[in-house]
Amino acid sequence: MSEAGIQVGVARARSGAIAGPRPAAVPPVVDEAAVRAALAEVMDPELPMLSVVDLGIVHRVDVGPASGDGRIRVEILPTFVGCPALELIKSSIAERLSGFGRPVEVTATFEVPWTSERISTAGRAALLAAGIAPPGAASLGAAPDLIDLEPRVPCPHCGSRRTTVENLFGPTQCRTIRYCADCRQPFESIKSV
Amino acid sequence: MTATAALPATALTGLLLSIADDEFVIGFSDSEWTGIAPLLEEDVAMSSLAQDELGHAAALYGLLGDLTGIDPDALAYDREPAEYRHCRLLDHGRGDWAMTIARRFLYDSADVIRLEALADGSWAPLTDLVAKLVREERYHRMHAGAWLDRLARSPGEPRDRLLASLHELAPDAATVFTLIEGEADLVAAGIMEVPMTDLEERWRASIAPVFANLDLPMPPPAIDPERGRLDHGADFDWLWGEFTSVRRADPGATW
Repeated sequence: MSEAGIQVGVARARSGAIAGPRPAAVPPVVDEAAVRAALAEVMDPELPMLSVVDLGIVHRVDVGPASGDGRIRVEILPTFVGCPALELIKSSIAERLSGFGRPVEVTATFEVPWTSERISTAGRAALLAAGIAPPGAASLGAAPDLIDLEPRVPCPHCGSRRTTVENLFGPTQCRTIRYCADCRQPFESIKSV
Repeated sequence: MTATAALPATALTGLLLSIADDEFVIGFSDSEWTGIAPLLEEDVAMSSLAQDELGHAAALYGLLGDLTGIDPDALAYDREPAEYRHCRLLDHGRGDWAMTIARRFLYDSADVIRLEALADGSWAPLTDLVAKLVREERYHRMHAGAWLDRLARSPGEPRDRLLASLHELAPDAATVFTLIEGEADLVAAGIMEVPMTDLEERWRASIAPVFANLDLPMPPPAIDPERGRLDHGADFDWLWGEFTSVRRADPGATW
């Protein structure tokens, strides 16, 4: 990728909307795969073992033609509607992509709902390695109480299935607190939504 | 402080404002437990619930902002107490833990029914958001349901306090389903599946088995259905003073 003439670190975009230099007279050609590879290096601030790609929040990447406004557009899916990390994620993405030499626009959309099933296989392994149980299948039945709570979520420390829910709600909106009766450790799991 | 006056009084803005204000007010009510909940787990839970609800309110005020051009923060914070359109179920003050659980159960059970009736609607910005809200609200419903069960099955003070709270809330229990002005247009446009009166029937059918199982009295019809989102009273005036205090302390400040 070309980084010639780029002000790196321009982009503490306040609203996360637009960052990077104005289009040059001849905007650089940008490869979508390279943008996606760069996104795979942007980590989630609350789950720093997961990139935004592994978390499954990258909805659309549009590098567009170099003509027009020349923007690289990224649409992301909030994990939770009120996720307070969203603005930070937007600005982290804008900052990482500013090196491509095009203006960057990062927006959030609910066009499709983020679900916990969007976390990648690699992401699940990274969560487990960090002591956080990955989410199971999000079973949304017809009745409100049919969320699959998976009372036997395996303990990420010892693998035991003798675990219980301590608190549906945890330190962030996306987590539940559980307890392992075998190794007697509390642990967190990602909510199935 | 005339944010509402500037809103076009269409049925859609009325619907969005009612849901946004409901979520906003119950979110702030729940946040009153942060630091003083009866269990550490509940301190975490109520804080997380409050964060969810305020996030939902922000998204709904955002939709109103897209429709009207009004700053969502101004909608949330720059109105007088009488201009809020949340339901009177949420006007009873924080009260004790039993009151909080009774209110949450009545509200969450109604909110789920309301959201499901909007889920397949014809206006994509709302249906896209509702698809997310429903997934989160089910956790709220589970939380309130588990606590309702626990209090109702504990004879003596827990059950007595729960019964007293349900008794106090009873006249306003069904106010989530207060008629929205122009509601027939929303149904005709396919934004709402059915009118509020039908939703109230669905809600009653959904909670009747729970109340029967726990031997709790079913809530009566709203005592004043025309004014179910008006006349908020002294407890809301106090809450309004709290949640607008920072905003009023330095009007126009940027963060």
